[in-house]
Amino acid sequence: MITEKTLPNVSRRTLLTGGLATGFLLAFHLPLRAAVNEPVQRDATDGKFAPNAFIRIDETGRTVLMMPQVEMGQGTYTSISAVLAEELDADWSKVEVQHAPPNDKLYANPTFGLQVTGNSNSIRAWWMPLRKAGATARAMLVQAAASQWGVDAASCTASKGEVAHAASGRKLGYGELALAAQGQTPPKDAAVKDPKDFVLIGQPLKRLDTPDKVNGKALYGIDAILPGMKIAAIANCPVFGGKVGKVDDSAAMKIAGVRKVVVLDDAVAVIGDHMWAAKKGLEALKIEWNEGPHAGISTKDIWQDLRDASAKDGVVAKSTGDIAKALATGDKFEASFELPFLAHASMEPINATVHVRPDACEIWTGTQIMTRVQSEAAKAAGVPADKVIVNQHLLGGGFGRKLEPDMVVAAVKIARQVDYPVKVIWTREEDIQHDVYRPVYRDQVTATLVDGKVAAWKYKIAGSAILARWLPPAFQKGIDIDAIDAAVDAPYDFANFHVEYVRAEPPAVPTGFWRGVGPNNNVFAIECAMDELARKAGKDPIDFRKSMLTKNPRMLSVLNQVAEKSGWGQPLPARVGRGVCVQPSFASFIATVVEAEIDDIGEIVLRRITSVVDTGIAVNPDTVKAQIEGGLIFGLTAALYGEITIDKGRVQQSNFHDYRMMRINETPKIDVTVVKSGEAPGGIGEAGVNAGPPALRNAIYAATGVALRRLPIDRKLLAAGRKA
Amino acid sequence: MATVLTINGETKSFDAPPEMPLLWVLRDILGMTGTKFGCGIAQCGACTVHVDGKAVRSCVLPVSAVANRAITTIEHVGTTPSGAKVQKAWLDAEVIQCGYCQSGQIMSAAALLAATPNPDDSDIDAAMAGNICRCGTYVRIREAIKLAASGRQS
Repeated sequence: MITEKTLPNVSRRTLLTGGLATGFLLAFHLPLRAAVNEPVQRDATDGKFAPNAFIRIDETGRTVLMMPQVEMGQGTYTSISAVLAEELDADWSKVEVQHAPPNDKLYANPTFGLQVTGNSNSIRAWWMPLRKAGATARAMLVQAAASQWGVDAASCTASKGEVAHAASGRKLGYGELALAAQGQTPPKDAAVKDPKDFVLIGQPLKRLDTPDKVNGKALYGIDAILPGMKIAAIANCPVFGGKVGKVDDSAAMKIAGVRKVVVLDDAVAVIGDHMWAAKKGLEALKIEWNEGPHAGISTKDIWQDLRDASAKDGVVAKSTGDIAKALATGDKFEASFELPFLAHASMEPINATVHVRPDACEIWTGTQIMTRVQSEAAKAAGVPADKVIVNQHLLGGGFGRKLEPDMVVAAVKIARQVDYPVKVIWTREEDIQHDVYRPVYRDQVTATLVDGKVAAWKYKIAGSAILARWLPPAFQKGIDIDAIDAAVDAPYDFANFHVEYVRAEPPAVPTGFWRGVGPNNNVFAIECAMDELARKAGKDPIDFRKSMLTKNPRMLSVLNQVAEKSGWGQPLPARVGRGVCVQPSFASFIATVVEAEIDDIGEIVLRRITSVVDTGIAVNPDTVKAQIEGGLIFGLTAALYGEITIDKGRVQQSNFHDYRMMRINETPKIDVTVVKSGEAPGGIGEAGVNAGPPALRNAIYAATGVALRRLPIDRKLLAAGRKA
Repeated sequence: MATVLTINGETKSFDAPPEMPLLWVLRDILGMTGTKFGCGIAQCGACTVHVDGKAVRSCVLPVSAVANRAITTIEHVGTTPSGAKVQKAWLDAEVIQCGYCQSGQIMSAAALLAATPNPDDSDIDAAMAGNICRCGTYVRIREAIKLAASGRQS
């Protein structure tokens, strides 16, 4: 699991101290509740009580919480607010949220040392820092009231935005105390609550961001509108790594509403009065591309290269017992599992709005990585980073695509050519053909069975090292800790256990994080192999797993529960099967059963999905449930349809007709149970994604006997009458 | 020549090429950003609006085709009985995650309920299968439509 411990060189343990100590330097305009949709106000104004970087309380009691993590649908604004408000004892009905500005000193994610949202770690990383921030602020408010009343702070209590002194019946609201609290010295180690005293954490609180999402008021990056703004459509070089050759814009410039054609090194943009003019202008351009050295690449060749790489020995990531000896005895099993390139296809297509002024650059966008956007935009604009203003918006889906700053850099380069603000919108075709793709992976499992249990487990992962590009200090000794994340944390009790990693980079195809991240290859390979091993051992897939989970009580417990709730073992019609997936990813323990029917031509009908989740303390259980429901659909979409292929250096898919998404008519009943737990909170945004594909694949295996080893699912292999 | 449209009960006059899709008129000329761009080829439903009460994809609808028709967008659908019920049910069932597709989902659901007050699962599938949600909120969309239809809202 990627944590501060496994990322020793990049974490910033001093963050909290820094954040608390310097918080007073910042004071922000206090917006209305709806200001979640407004760009961050930059003018320092009337923050009355600003005990740290996260909390602002003014004299009316209005409580504004600054969000160090971004909202892309996962519900983090509400959960982070609940954690802060819990320890602050704020009045929940008065809580408002605001996007934090880019500032690694104040808002860096404690795990990554950067202001980044990803890897299902918002709550895991911020759990204690934010609780302490809330508790510190509460202590200062209580002290302010106690001083005013001339009583001992210990005799006062705080609740729902008020401090009370029970003995005298006196009460003061946080608004009334704001000024006095600002003068208090923050206590060094304010006590956090005993979880049994939580009043907000653990409640299914209504989300703070959704009321404006039912009436069109919510503002995403693509909704930015500025005075004098024009719209640009962009054509990136269709071939990976290619450049612009010649551009004939004579026809384009005659189109009404077209203002300017901008030629960049590897892309051409047309700026117009509106997107329609820009798009028509782009279509009218005659562009000759210099396709460069990668015009011959294809997924066919990339797969051959990956298979060759995967045949070599890798770097050992973890090894316990004596793997060589253990592999020499018992009933041997070997299989390789292959996962394709995938695009993110967030519903909000890629976009960024930029205004380059003589001495500054201002950006309006929704990004998962604010400070990197700021620094990369600074380079592209030729101004210092402190002259780059980033106005964060809600994200219409992120899924890892918006961990990259490329779209902002391109927009800055375009905006440098004009003196007005430009909103650069990628069409869906550009979005899909110029993504930073989930890498292809080839995972090889070699195992032996002795007495019906796995005696040796050798697992080799071959694929991109995303971290080597994205966070170089985290890539050490040739091991990408993301690619092997769930491989080294396999939940089972394997006496002889060995994990290797082979770095294999596809030529020219950019690869990046995709929802589910590294574990989406590991969980698939492990859980598919476990099902095949169970069959080889002549055992029921769940019984087989349980026999190797005796030292993992949380995993075992959710597996037992999902067996019961899914009706595991009850008779099913022909060509209907149930498949299970067990995973301990992101410090959450999840067991899932998919029930599916495979018709005679190999088409798949999902009948029912059951998931039981132990995520430790669920800050907002309804959000946990929603993330599993949605994550399952995201993962199953990939299993059923997801594949980006490349030919002649170009991506062959372009829009939702050939890069398909699951739709409501394909969605079965999904039953998610969130287990009550007192353990520390786990991550949840990615986990459902990884559960879907292996559980479905194993259901197909149960229904047809066909052991699929590649995604997406090839229906041709599943037609009735085909030999298993 | 100026184009004249009736949008959300108001008359709007503006200059636009006749083939320009209604989506971009709404977003880039009229500044009404509640209606979303998703695919541009009527595959995802993010751009859904009502024309004379029927759900249509505005990304492929030329503005010249909707003169003299009543256009309703997400900004105004709450003034219709089915639109208000759907918005309320969407919040009661906590349907929404990122929310980007939800303008279109709500417009499709409101048109469904206006035409079919008690839809069954196959009615819901037929009306909603044109709307993609990448966050995967489909289970709750189905639940919310049934909640809105039942009148059992809080």
